[in-house]
Order: sequence, then structure tokens, then C-alpha cells
Amino acid sequence: MLFQKEQNHMKQLPRILMIIASLGLLTLFLFPMWRITLYAPQYPTGVTMYIHINKIGGDSPGTLQNVNILNHYVGMKPIIPEAIPELKFLPIVVITFVVLGLIIAFFNRPKLFLTWAILASVLSLLGIYDFYLWEYDYGHTLSPDAPMKFPGASFQPPLIGTKVILNFVAESFPHTGGILAGISIFLAYVAWFVGIKKYPKNEISNSSDNISAGDKLVHTNS
Amino acid sequence: MKKFELNINQAHFGLFAMAIIGVLLLFGCGNQTNPYTSGDSGALSSDVASKVYVAPGEHDEFYAFMSGGFSGQIAVHGLPSGRLFKVIPVFSVDGEKGYGFNEETKPLLETSHGFVPWDDSHHPELSQTNGETDGRWIFINGNNTPRIARVDLSVFETAQIIEIPNSGGNHSSPFTTENTEYVVAGTRFGVPYPQKDVPISSYAENFKGMLTYVSVTDEGYMDIAFQILLPAYDYDLAHSGKGNSHGWTFFTTYNTEEASTLMEVTASQNDKDYIAAVNWKKAEEYIKAGNFQEVPAKWANNVYDEHTHMATSTMNDKVKVLIPSECPGLVYFLPTPKSPHGVDVDPTGEYIVGNGKLSADLTVHSFTKMLKAIENKSYETEVAGVPVLKFDEVVAGVVQEAGLGPLHTEFDAKGNAYTSFFISSEVVKWKVGSWEVLDRAPSYYSIGHLMIPGGDSKKPQGKYLVAMNKITKDRYLPTGPELCHSAQLYDISGDKMQLLLDFPTMGEPHYAQGISADRIKPRQKKFYPIEENKHPFRAMGEKDSRVEREGNVVHVYMTTIRSHFAPDNIEGIKVGDKVYFHVTNLEQDWDVPHGFSIMGANNAELLIMGGQTETLLWEPKSEGVIPFYCTDFCSALHQEMQGYVRVSPRGSNIALSWSLGEDEAVQ
Ligand SMILES: [Cu+2]
Repeated sequence: MLFQKEQNHMKQLPRILMIIASLGLLTLFLFPMWRITLYAPQYPTGVTMYIHINKIGGDSPGTLQNVNILNHYVGMKPIIPEAIPELKFLPIVVITFVVLGLIIAFFNRPKLFLTWAILASVLSLLGIYDFYLWEYDYGHTLSPDAPMKFPGASFQPPLIGTKVILNFVAESFPHTGGILAGISIFLAYVAWFVGIKKYPKNEISNSSDNISAGDKLVHTNS
Repeated sequence: MKKFELNINQAHFGLFAMAIIGVLLLFGCGNQTNPYTSGDSGALSSDVASKVYVAPGEHDEFYAFMSGGFSGQIAVHGLPSGRLFKVIPVFSVDGEKGYGFNEETKPLLETSHGFVPWDDSHHPELSQTNGETDGRWIFINGNNTPRIARVDLSVFETAQIIEIPNSGGNHSSPFTTENTEYVVAGTRFGVPYPQKDVPISSYAENFKGMLTYVSVTDEGYMDIAFQILLPAYDYDLAHSGKGNSHGWTFFTTYNTEEASTLMEVTASQNDKDYIAAVNWKKAEEYIKAGNFQEVPAKWANNVYDEHTHMATSTMNDKVKVLIPSECPGLVYFLPTPKSPHGVDVDPTGEYIVGNGKLSADLTVHSFTKMLKAIENKSYETEVAGVPVLKFDEVVAGVVQEAGLGPLHTEFDAKGNAYTSFFISSEVVKWKVGSWEVLDRAPSYYSIGHLMIPGGDSKKPQGKYLVAMNKITKDRYLPTGPELCHSAQLYDISGDKMQLLLDFPTMGEPHYAQGISADRIKPRQKKFYPIEENKHPFRAMGEKDSRVEREGNVVHVYMTTIRSHFAPDNIEGIKVGDKVYFHVTNLEQDWDVPHGFSIMGANNAELLIMGGQTETLLWEPKSEGVIPFYCTDFCSALHQEMQGYVRVSPRGSNIALSWSLGEDEAVQ
């Protein structure tokens, strides 16, 4: 009986992983996804901008204003978070994924885990590409009235990595929220993998006393 | 033969002449070489330079806050480098920062005598918690027009100035109690009480000496708690007790002769003057019991509000006075030889050092013996209701013939004391308890105060001692008749004091305070959050910038951000207008102040920190187009940060308008 129970617990592993994966995306609401830091001699500790799922912040409340002040010398347009639609709909997309993930976890089907993981990966890549487009736009759309003009120069920060832009060294890297979200998506792959490897297809959703009514329903239906 | 004789004569003459020149040289050298300053002028060994070297970009270990004396300010230096970081304007107007010129800080310098734009600042005193310096505030006395100022060390700006009534020359001040319950004041001049028109020769009859206790709240707000009416002695310096002696303050006196003319002679006749020991906890009881007189007294209390970025001055009209004859146990006099100057309490709180400035000895009283003498009523006599304790019953020991003219004593953490001797121009190290002299080091020249970081607190931090010398002479490159005053840094970590460094100081530092930098650095504000700005004339963004007219008063709500003013073109100002430029610096970054200056202003510039609003009054006297600009090199486009005001004749009908860039002028 004890052995049986432990086995049941083991059968829960992919589902638990999937639940963690789904809830893990919520860390995007707690931590920034990405960070861009600008270093210059007169900024000894750097100026760091944090890109959140729903806002753009910095290491101080004045950071965005300070970055915009720096940018205006070369004619870059100001970063106005209110004018970036992604910051409004990305939270909705993420919440949708969390809810979907939880529903999928409820059904405990490895194939669905895989589908969720692939979809999330594709969307993440699209998001990063979108981020690149924004960076390109900021770096290349320059005001003709700029006090300082550098013909042919672009002020686009790197997507990932380090780049020298005039007197600044710009650093761009995923931050806590982005990394945890990445790990969450990876966990969904693991959930799928564990699901198909360790447990034969017909066993995974085999009901036991502990398995919920929903699973029983799935079982009878299949 | 004749020729030979002549030769001999010539030879004799030559020898004679050489002998004379030799003697002249010998005496000449001997006469012109001062044995005190010849030789190495400070005994420097090879590793000294590295002890004071703070590498580029590195920070000093200690802050030193040095009073400015007749500059009225506080200078902030680093130790061990001696580098000067900032001069904090306190009692004197400062065009550099617009202090006392802009509308916001003018009220700080209000007194019962009106606006007083200068003072003589003597003794900085750091706030303390449990007898240790805590880095919250530094207090300093204004000596000439009696005042105490509080400087907030999160911003290094003057936060409050309180006037001390019934006093003349606030010298024995502001010396704090163990938890900054109070800072004290004591009059250096006897003055008529209440102040009135009487013959100076009626000194003994009409004049009094007042001690003042200024309470300090946890937020730093100072208020006069009570005053204590004493004979018209000159109250010179003070220190409050600590540990066992917490609850007491000790004030030195001179002129117990109560003289009023040719003081250098007449006030130096008595063999002993007094140290007044005040039991301020007892005073609190008397105040609570209502055992005081409420007397009329005019005094200003000026407070700067960090959110409105403005000071307000409140005039008060009364004060509570305690009369010792009606308050037994409040004050005792401890006879102390020869016009004691500094009174310094050792870190344990047991020993009270009287620095008898006209003698060679230091007299040290024991707090325990004092309490016993009070208990046994061992009184020599009584003066104006104050018992005079018997000298032999309170004295703990005497540091014999340690030097000439002792002024001040500070302490290290190892049970040693260091006393400055003005006349013999030296620092003398001695052992507390055994009273033996351990070491002496010359000062260049004529040391006044000395300072060890934490050296007047319960926990001295010092491995350094700073001497503040009164005479500089040849120590630096000459600068005409007036020379800088000189400080000297000694390493006191070993058995022998070692002179490390000379460095010039601002004004005339009297006392100084030192504190390890890590007690101050974490408190630093980098700018003022703009959303907390409550200035009544703030502009919360460029959209909020505007110009408003009320009769001939014009309010310009102006903003600054790298690198422009909004608005930067203003028209419709008329000759005879009073134009107030209320400039809000929108920057929210460290170290980005903007300046504002306008041609012909009869006051000064503004220097506005990030998030702050400051106001300059400008009264144009003739028509024209008047430029204004930013004075603080704020960015690569700083030189472009400028604008114009068009001034039209009185009664002109040019409409008020303002603009920035291509924007339509808004009305
Ligand atoms: Cu500027």
C-alpha cells in the first residue's frame, strides 16, 4: 500500500513540474525581464534600466528621465513607457499562458505539455525579436535637429551582450524575471520528457485514490 | 724691508678682517636661527607621506568638521588627507549657493535684531546616541549674535537656527548631552538682565550671566527648554557628563572678579575661578514642578523644511528661567585655578578636566568626589545661592607643569588625554588617573583647540589628532598680510605622537569634530524626489511652467533640465516690477544642480539641487532685453542654457508672454 502510494506520487511528478512551470511565469510580474546598463566615466556605477513585463524602470525613480536626457543630445526619441503597447498586452499573454498551463497540468498529458512549451518558446523568441525592433527604432530614428550629429552612427544597444556606443559601454542581458521565465518554459519540456520516458502512455493518467475527478473523467473518455 | 713690513701689515689686516667676518658669521647664524624651528620643522620620517596619501578615487577614513570662526561657516575636510570637500554656509550669507540671498534661506538668518548676515562660529558638535557620535546632525554656535545652528548631515545643509536670548557672546556652546537631549549655551559676556540702559560701572549690580538648555527632539527640532540665571561671570566653555555623570553639564567661568574694563588684567586677579556644575535632570524636575519664572524675551527660531525647501522664522516672546537660590541642588561651583578655558570630561565620565589657561597645570576634578562633597555639604561659601564646593574635596589630581597655557583636552580610547598648550605651542599627552606626562609634540604655531575623532564622546575613534593653530607665519607660500590658518595632523596610534601633515583651513577654525566616514556615508541624499516637492511656487514639469502677474509682482514658475530653462523667453515685464524667479530643478540624478543668474541682480545666483525649488527676487531698473543663464556646468550643452527677459517701460502695454522653443506663447 505504501509502495503503491509512493508510485502514485511519482506519477504526479510531470503534473507538479507543469504547475511549477505555469506559476513560474508569474515571476515576470515580480522581477524585470531584461536589463540594459550604460557605463561611462562620469557614471561610475552605471545607469541601469530594467524592462519589466508591464513597465520600464531603473535603479532610481529618475533613471528613465536621465536616460532620455542623455539620448536627446544625439536626437534619439524619448522612451515613454505609456506609448509602448507591448507593456499593456504582454501581461495578458503571460496570464493566459499561466491559466492554460494550469489547465493542462490538470489534464496531465505530456503532449499538451510539449505544445505549451513550444508555443511559449515561440512567443518568447517573437518577444525578443520585437525587443530588437524597438532597440533598432530607438537607435536609428534620430531627430534631424539633434544637437550632436554623427553621420552613419547608430545608437542601438546590443540585444544580448556588450557594445560600445560613443562614450558609453552598453550592456544588455536577461534579468531575474526573464531567466526564471526561461527556466519555467524549460520545466514544461522536462515535464513532457519525464511524462513520456518514465511512464508509459496508458499509465500516466491512470487514476488512483489521489487523482482527481477530472482525471478520472479524462481517463474514461480516452 | 719696507716693502716686507708693509706685507706683514697687510697680512695682519687680512687675518684681522677674516676674524671679524668669522665672528660676525658665527654670531649672525646663532642670532638668526630659532632653536624651536630649526632642523626638520616637524620631524618627518620617510613613511609619513604614505600615511596621509589617499589614492585618487579612494575615500578618506574620517570626516572632519571644522568651524570657520569669523567666516561663520563649517568646513568639511577628509582625514588623513586634509582635503577640503565643502564649506557649509551656516551663519554667513554665501553668494556661491545663494544662501541668505534666495527667498527660501533668508528667514534662517532672522533674529530679534532683524536679518543678521554674519556670525562667528566656534564649536561644531556632532549629535550623539549613547554617548557616541551618530552622524545625524552637527550643531554649531554663533558667538556674536547668540545662536545655535543645526546642520543636517544627510544633505550637509543648515536645517535650523535658534537664537539665545538674555546672552551676549554665545561661546560655551553647543556641547551636547549623551543622547542629544539638549545642546547648551552660556553667555560669554555678563549683560544687564533684562537688557536695559544702565551705567557699565553698575556691572556687579545689574549684570547677570545666563546658561541655556536647548532641547532637541528625535527629528532634530530645537527649542529653548529653560535658562539658568547666574552671576555675571564669563561662561567660557562647556561639556556635558557621560556615563555616571550623564545628567550634568560643566561650564568653565572666568572673570569671577566681575570686571568690565581692562579685562586682561582685571579679570585675571583671582587665583581660582569656577567650573559651574549644572544638574539638568534636577532642572527638568523644577520645570515640571512649575518652579520657574516666565520672563519676556525676544528670540527667533528659524526652521528649514526639506519638503517646502523653505525656511520659516518664528519670533518668540518668553522664556522659562530657573533661579538657583530657589532651586537647591541645581548648580554647584567647583573652584578651578587660573581662568579655566576648556572643560573636558573623560570617556568614562568620571574626570572633569579644567584647562587653567593662565597656569602650567591642569586641574582634574572627580565626579564621584563632587557627589560626595555635595552629600557632605562641604561648602567653602555660597555665591548667589550657588554652593561653592571645597577645592580639596573635589580635585582628583593635577597634571603638574605639563606646559604653558593649557586650553583644551581630548581623549583617545586607551585612557590617554591630549592637551593643547597655547603659550608653549605644543600638544602634551598624559595618562588619565596617574596624571603623568607621557609625550609632547610641538605645534606650528600656537595651538588653540585640538580634535580627536570622537575625542569628546564616550567612544573616541581616534587614531589621529588634529591641532588647530592660531599662527601660521612661514608654514606655506605667503599670501600677503593675511594668511590661512593651519591645521596639523598627528598620528596618535603609537606611544609617541607623530606629526604627519600640515593643511590650510577656512576662516579660523576654533573647535572641530571628527567622525568615521561610515557613520555619515549611508545617510547621504543624492537629490530631492520631485514628487515630494511641496514648495508653494514649484513647477512640477515644463507643462507647469508659467508667468503670473499680480499688480507689479510677477511670479515666474520656471523649470530647469539639461540643458534649458522653461520658459526661456519672457516678455511683458516692466520697469518697477518685482520679479520672483521660482526655479524648480526637474533633474532626478546625483550631482546635477543648475544655476540661475540674471544680469543686474542685486543679490546673488541660485544654485538649485535636483528636485528643489529656489526663488530669486529681481527688480529691473531700466528697459531692455536682459539675459539670464545657468551657472553650473551641467552638460555638454550647458553654455546654451540661457534665456532672455524683455523689460518694457513702466505703463507699457506689452502683454505678458513666455515661451520655450517653437511653442506658441501661452497666456
Ligand atoms: Cu544647467
